[in-house]
Amino acid sequence: MTTKKIQIEPKVEPRLKLLKNFVFEMPYAHFLGIDATHKNNKLVTILPYSSSLIGNPMLPALHGGVTASFLEISAVLELYWGVISTNWRFNSDQLNRTSSTGSIFHGQIPKTIDFTIDYLRPGQPTDAYAEAEIKRAGRRYASVYVEAWQEDRKKLYAQASGHFLMPNNNE
Amino acid sequence: MNFNKQSNIARQFVQAIPFSAELSMSVDLIENGFAIMSMPYDTRLIGNSDTAIIHGGAVTALLDTCSGAAVMSHSAAPLITSTLDFRMDYMRSATPKHRITANAECYHVTRSVAFVRATAYDEDEARPVATAAGAFTVQFKSTAK
Repeated sequence: MTTKKIQIEPKVEPRLKLLKNFVFEMPYAHFLGIDATHKNNKLVTILPYSSSLIGNPMLPALHGGVTASFLEISAVLELYWGVISTNWRFNSDQLNRTSSTGSIFHGQIPKTIDFTIDYLRPGQPTDAYAEAEIKRAGRRYASVYVEAWQEDRKKLYAQASGHFLMPNNNE
Repeated sequence: MNFNKQSNIARQFVQAIPFSAELSMSVDLIENGFAIMSMPYDTRLIGNSDTAIIHGGAVTALLDTCSGAAVMSHSAAPLITSTLDFRMDYMRSATPKHRITANAECYHVTRSVAFVRATAYDEDEARPVATAAGAFTVQFKSTAK
């Protein structure tokens, strides 16, 4: 009996693995519980709900700092996904490296210059999702827009935009 | 309502915030629209495990909380506040193992909005780590639901 292999878009799987390694090596992203997936040809980041992420216990609502952190990390992951990992001449050895074996990723983290968040609705005590769009990525600077939602993709609970200093590939 | 009573309310309010408690934030000073808060260095907040520098998002969380506390302590005495928009400017990386301190000033309050400026430092107080500007919603007794 032959098993049919599910066709996956070329390069997506190794890039997603590289991205997950990247998240794993960012302790703060790991602490918040941030994960990433690839849906409809787009990178979607996930913030699973946890009671420790609450900022207003009376409503209750997610902490503004949690939402800001989630969106900023989503923007950085999109840059990593869209620009950095595609320029990367990675091989299986690089893919298999994790924090325990030392990192090759850190020089590749874009640095945030500024980041502005609009809080459109209180963050409900439930999972949140974000999708980022690179508006421009030059050699030195990048501009990224991020949308975040919870139960309904069309009802954004926060949006953000920011500027990032791109990692130097010659280093 | 006098400022001290208002400040006590704000202090309790901040201490009751789960995420702020998780990051061990403390209120160092709070009076009349001005707040100082700080948090210890924590390896869970690292954004880059090679350099051990804490993530900017954690600094944002401290500045946002401190800004909210500044709003709550303003003499206009709002009952409740939430962040409407918040802009962060990152000047430099915080030095690993340093305590992060935030100063926030609520410099103007209207019937519906409070405006705040805030700055974050590590133990080198001469060079800010980040600055922020935010607009906060406010509700007063007369406007509360």
